[in-house]
Amino acid sequence: MKLTKISGQTGTVTTATPAIKSVTRREFLQTSSLMAGGSLLATGLSTGMMRKAQAADAAKPAAANTKIARTICSHCSVGCGIIAEVQNGVWTKQEPAFDHPFNLGGHCAKGAAIREHGHGERRLKYPMKLVDGKWKKLSWDEAINEVGDKLLQIREQSGPDSVYWLGSAKHSNEQAYLYRKMASLWGTNNVDHQARICHSTTVAGVANTWGYGAMTNSYNDIHNAKAIFMIGANSAEAHPVALQHILKAKEENHAPMIVVDPRFTRTAAHATQYIRIRPGTDVPFIWGMLYHIFANGWEDKEFIRQRVYGMEEIKAEVAKWTPAEVENVTGASEAVVKRAAQTMAQYRPGTVIWCMGGTQHTIGNNNTRAYCILQLALGNMGVSGGGTNIFRGHDNVQGATDFGVTSDSLPGYYGIEEGAWKHWAKVWDVDFEWLKGRFEAGKYEKGKDKDGNEIEIGVMNTKGIPVSRWIDGVLEDKANVAQKDNIRAMIMWGHAPNSQTRGTEMKKAFEKLDMLVIVDPFPTVSAVMSERKDGVYLLPATTQFETYGSVTASNRSVQWRDQVIEPLFESKPDHSIMYLLTKKLGFDKEMFKNISVKGEEPLIEDVTREFNRGMWTVGYTGQSPERLKQHQQNWGTFDYTSLRANGGACDGEFYGLPWPCWGTPEMKHPGTANLYDTRLTVAEGGLNFRANFGVERNGVNLLAEDSWSKGAEIQDGYPEFTADLLKKLGWWDDLTEAEKAAAEGKNWKNDLSGGIQRVVIKHGCAPFGNAKARAIVWTFPDPVPIHREPLYTSRRDLIEKYPTYEDRKSFWRLPTRYKSVQTPDHAKDYPMILTSGRLVEYEGGGDETRSNPWLAELQQHMFVEINPRDANNAGLKEGDDVWVEGAEGGKIKVKALVTERVAPGVAFTPFHFGGVFQGKDLRDKYPEGSDPYVLGEACNTAFTYGYDSVTAMQETKCSLCRITKA
Amino acid sequence: MARMKFYCDSERCIECNGCVTACKNANEVPWGINRRRVVTIKDGQPGERSISVACMHCSDAPCQAVCPVNCFVTTPDGIVLHNKDTCIGCGYCFYACPFGAPQFPTDGAFSSRGKMDKCTFCAGGPEEADNSPEEFRKYGSNRIAEGKLPLCAEMCSTKALLAGDASVVSDIYRQRVVNRAASALLGGSGLQQTGFQPSVAGTGVTSVPPESGKATAEPTGMPADDVPPSTQVPAPLQ
Repeated sequence: MKLTKISGQTGTVTTATPAIKSVTRREFLQTSSLMAGGSLLATGLSTGMMRKAQAADAAKPAAANTKIARTICSHCSVGCGIIAEVQNGVWTKQEPAFDHPFNLGGHCAKGAAIREHGHGERRLKYPMKLVDGKWKKLSWDEAINEVGDKLLQIREQSGPDSVYWLGSAKHSNEQAYLYRKMASLWGTNNVDHQARICHSTTVAGVANTWGYGAMTNSYNDIHNAKAIFMIGANSAEAHPVALQHILKAKEENHAPMIVVDPRFTRTAAHATQYIRIRPGTDVPFIWGMLYHIFANGWEDKEFIRQRVYGMEEIKAEVAKWTPAEVENVTGASEAVVKRAAQTMAQYRPGTVIWCMGGTQHTIGNNNTRAYCILQLALGNMGVSGGGTNIFRGHDNVQGATDFGVTSDSLPGYYGIEEGAWKHWAKVWDVDFEWLKGRFEAGKYEKGKDKDGNEIEIGVMNTKGIPVSRWIDGVLEDKANVAQKDNIRAMIMWGHAPNSQTRGTEMKKAFEKLDMLVIVDPFPTVSAVMSERKDGVYLLPATTQFETYGSVTASNRSVQWRDQVIEPLFESKPDHSIMYLLTKKLGFDKEMFKNISVKGEEPLIEDVTREFNRGMWTVGYTGQSPERLKQHQQNWGTFDYTSLRANGGACDGEFYGLPWPCWGTPEMKHPGTANLYDTRLTVAEGGLNFRANFGVERNGVNLLAEDSWSKGAEIQDGYPEFTADLLKKLGWWDDLTEAEKAAAEGKNWKNDLSGGIQRVVIKHGCAPFGNAKARAIVWTFPDPVPIHREPLYTSRRDLIEKYPTYEDRKSFWRLPTRYKSVQTPDHAKDYPMILTSGRLVEYEGGGDETRSNPWLAELQQHMFVEINPRDANNAGLKEGDDVWVEGAEGGKIKVKALVTERVAPGVAFTPFHFGGVFQGKDLRDKYPEGSDPYVLGEACNTAFTYGYDSVTAMQETKCSLCRITKA
Repeated sequence: MARMKFYCDSERCIECNGCVTACKNANEVPWGINRRRVVTIKDGQPGERSISVACMHCSDAPCQAVCPVNCFVTTPDGIVLHNKDTCIGCGYCFYACPFGAPQFPTDGAFSSRGKMDKCTFCAGGPEEADNSPEEFRKYGSNRIAEGKLPLCAEMCSTKALLAGDASVVSDIYRQRVVNRAASALLGGSGLQQTGFQPSVAGTGVTSVPPESGKATAEPTGMPADDVPPSTQVPAPLQ
């Protein structure tokens, strides 16, 4: 066994820490010592020592003080069920939830280690502030008062937009909803969360293609796939339990499994075909496949005729991508690409899976739309076994996105137009004019009205600064920022800064702020990254195991979590902290007008019911707390493949009432397991594509033709439903009198009675209309998804043909550079492509998982994977310390891991590490006893500039670097 | 009488380390001790495969044969345990073990002064009363006494790692192998579409598209093969 002593790590650990003196990352264990034993020695048993065994008594009733809680893993978006046993308030056991339909009791390293949360020995234990470079303990009262006073002072001086509310995908649905509401009532759109930097390009690209920007089917539905196509997704590490479902299809359907990735991942190890592409060339690869599909007539022509708009324009673009050009740009040969295309054409329905390998690019929105178009061409949409199975990242990133913890939308994707604000003002029961008055009065940006006239856009209707750019909101010259003043205070409420690029500039931004407030179970890298001596507050929040509420898995199922244990130390649940803060800031009365507050804790069920009353667009209206709890208690009655309950209390419903769960809870809609499936009635969870982009364009019909969901009384395409349309159809009188009063002049999205949805569904129709999916998004910078070289590209020869965008003066309130970054030749000094990704043991920025000793032991070193060829050329050996220097000068000192996982010329780093900055260990800067067991360089210190042209997603999948021996 | 065995299906193992942390969770094994590890061959290359390895609970255990103080016992259900009060921590079992299972704490883990530690099949120790605090401190949990199986296998993300009575484990694996072969023979695509889905009264579910339900022409589906082993085994211990 190759043991590596770790120096300098145990010395600073102050509490009862297990001494760190074990092995390194298991990949460093080159000789598999476990297999290295001697030969088997055959001798007799010493039977004399056999013991008399005890009779097993499985049915033994649990002790009276033992409580069983049903909860959901808080790491990734699969949503694995967990059975927690609690004795006298202590989380003593974790049992597998064998009957949970998502995981059948299975867990990855993170899920199997979830009980360690109950120990929480590395948690942030009480409110603290930085005074003269030292952490000082505070009472909650002092902390809330000091933070609140400073926020109010900044508001007074610079306006509400100078405070940035960074929310979290770790919040429950209720907390996420309250968070967006809190920022809105504070008077800003400067609110965002991790969805911006994980799947924002998916949400934008996919929603603009067919209606909703979410996973269309489910992990379980992959059982029905006849082929599996994964691109930019290393699910074996990022969503391990997903492999339970994928491998089932692979084994039982003999489904080919194609993995396209620059890196030969652990997922690729199980593929039937692995295709290595150059990072950032997803569009050319997909077009390369479509080239063969169109050339051979393998597309589903009837599906396209009925349900797709704009495929001809796609064909024209695809025709440019000859096999030779595809190979030139992507590196994948004609035979390889054709085989993948043929496989997908032959084995239908096939599913397409993607993750951050596709989304985190300057052309991320082009990538996600290209994947959708592949499925549209194959006719794989709206069918069980098909669909775009987009695996979201965090446990509740889907929910937090749905609840609008984003700088461009209110909850439910209503947007931030006046109508959206009026809708939510009504739901919140607050005066719209009061709400408007909470915002900055001036105007920041100009836009165009429907007739093309230039108008000034109100601040309330101006998209805020996205989280990917907060550092520019702080550092950029005030004159260039489209708001009154720079960001002066950051509230980082459940966010790891090391998951974001441009670390060296982020450090400066932290230092420039007036105040930094960190609300989190852990101090996070934000607490230690900068050289600040004061003005930093740490407020300890609980994990989801110390509170309760709902959480939305990637497949849109909403699951209810029980509380497992009481809040540890002095931590408080997020919604209680929000209550205390809004009370201090003076808008608790409006915020909690219809939500009862017990002591300082808002009642979660009241919050659920409040969003039930407003979330009509995505169908978060039918999932009452009572129904969700019933599903939780009966999760064993749902079918492992279809997710439909077969008998029992939830008979006929889909597990977790996956949205859209239309109408009121009383309507008992079963939820929608697979989106856009026309072979079910809408009442049973069927749908068609959404009519969200008008009814015609340039004289071409955008509505569906000869296609409708089963049982629809309108047997053709139709627009979205309004009160007027109901009247025209003669369906108005199906409404009750009360519903009529509420629905008059309204539509399916803002009729708070739910009457319009009820009646429309009664007539078999989809409330949002029935249209074609659109292959071209004419409102985007690239209506037809096209290839553009990354800003930091090593293929200088391709820039002329595939250039990036022009620089923009104001994009999400900030100047945004494209061409001016791409033009200088960085590749001559930084020849290696740098990409990043996940490890199974850690989640996100890793503050939580690196503080869990069961996980931390398994991954003790930050590393960079480099190909043996590059290692030899640079004179590097496995285990060497190396400097990885990014193209903007940020550099990290890490271990070299020499492996053929990556191609020559490509380097890979995981992104979960933090607490070491450009070679400097920051362990002594953490509050005593709350430093994670494992620290390491954040790869994003070396990652560079680059933002998606629609959503401002950060580019973390292709940059440039050079690697030298340290 | 059962004969407890582990089996790790390399077609399913994805090196997610769930088994490793599940072991930590069940037994509170200290930092530095890994009763179970995932071993990967051809790491990062085509043909990469992983399996999870711990004590294999040999029927004719070499560790037991060589132990100078005779600290090992094999339980009636075939689990190899060792007595930490008797163990002298000499490491001879380490020589004998074909799998590298024995672990040697360096700093008094389990108060064992460097005595050997290994997987107990979640069956605790040989002597103490089941699930006593003393037993837990020295050996970890005793799930077998509660009618449960080792947590590593119960929590395996892809059901690669199986544990239980060897005859049940081999039944599960046989079904899996047959199923793989059958799906290959049928070319996959025909297999699930021939199913007949009866209408279900009272649910409004009258015609489920064949793809969306579990088809009946699926003789050896994963749900059956993945019935949690704990509901089947262990066989009663007398």
